[in-house]
Amino acid sequence: MISLAQLLTLSAIVFSVAVAGIFLNRKNVILLLMCVELLLLAANFNFIAFSRYLGDLNGQVFVFFILTVAAAESAIGLAILVVLFRERRSINVEDLNTLKG
Amino acid sequence: MLVQALFYLFGTILVLSALGVISARNPVYSALALVMCFVTSAAIWLLIEAEFLAVVLVLVYVGAVMVLFLFVVMMLDINLAELRQGFTRFAWLGWLTALAVIVEIAGVVWAKGGLGVDASHGATPTAADYSNTLALGEVLYTEYAYPLELAAMLLLVAIVAAIALTMRRRAGLKRQDVDAQVAVRAADRLRIVKMDPEQGP
Repeated sequence: MISLAQLLTLSAIVFSVAVAGIFLNRKNVILLLMCVELLLLAANFNFIAFSRYLGDLNGQVFVFFILTVAAAESAIGLAILVVLFRERRSINVEDLNTLKG
Repeated sequence: MLVQALFYLFGTILVLSALGVISARNPVYSALALVMCFVTSAAIWLLIEAEFLAVVLVLVYVGAVMVLFLFVVMMLDINLAELRQGFTRFAWLGWLTALAVIVEIAGVVWAKGGLGVDASHGATPTAADYSNTLALGEVLYTEYAYPLELAAMLLLVAIVAAIALTMRRRAGLKRQDVDAQVAVRAADRLRIVKMDPEQGP
């Protein structure tokens, strides 16, 4: 049987790999979006692990909603990316400084 | 024991392909490694008896979202060399943060009583005739009916937003202008000329 601690550790490893990915690929918007997907996957792991461990289905319902929101988010993110590339001919984060933020 | 062995196998594949996502030279390979991540995660979710979500992960993520990613990655003509610049500049900070996160979470999880529950054993296996999909459906369509409809609405909004964002309006394109066609009045088009009737010879 897979213990709760093993699952949480695996999700922690995936989460931190994704965090490292955000540091490494901080210029490439596509890879940043992919790293966000990995972060959400790690979060979903925790939800499912606890849901199964506590015998509470609400956690799995939450994962369902997280998947929905993440799909919507990546669709809009990629749409913005396509528009951005059409305008700027580049997806480098450093070129996106019009707002001077 | 078999379940443990499978868990370690899938866990290793998951971590390796996650590393592949963040370190591949080409975004196409990153996307493919991410597909691998999702598939192995679905396998692990099957191992811990969350069958419905495992299937949804493969269908929705691998089947739809990752295909969208691959589409966009292949469609854009990206200058990779420029994006790779400074790849290693903050790498030490990234790995340090990652290590800190792992050590902190593992410390809490593996410490005795760190979570407030006994984390050293897993969930009780479900009965052979237990259906995860049925149970989830019963909760989803009763208790979570309104959130479910909100989620559906969110997806609709996302579709509309994505289409509205990427719709291309090129100048000088000859096409039907429905607004102008509907708003036209007869007086703009038709001129009635008063003239004397023809006189016979």
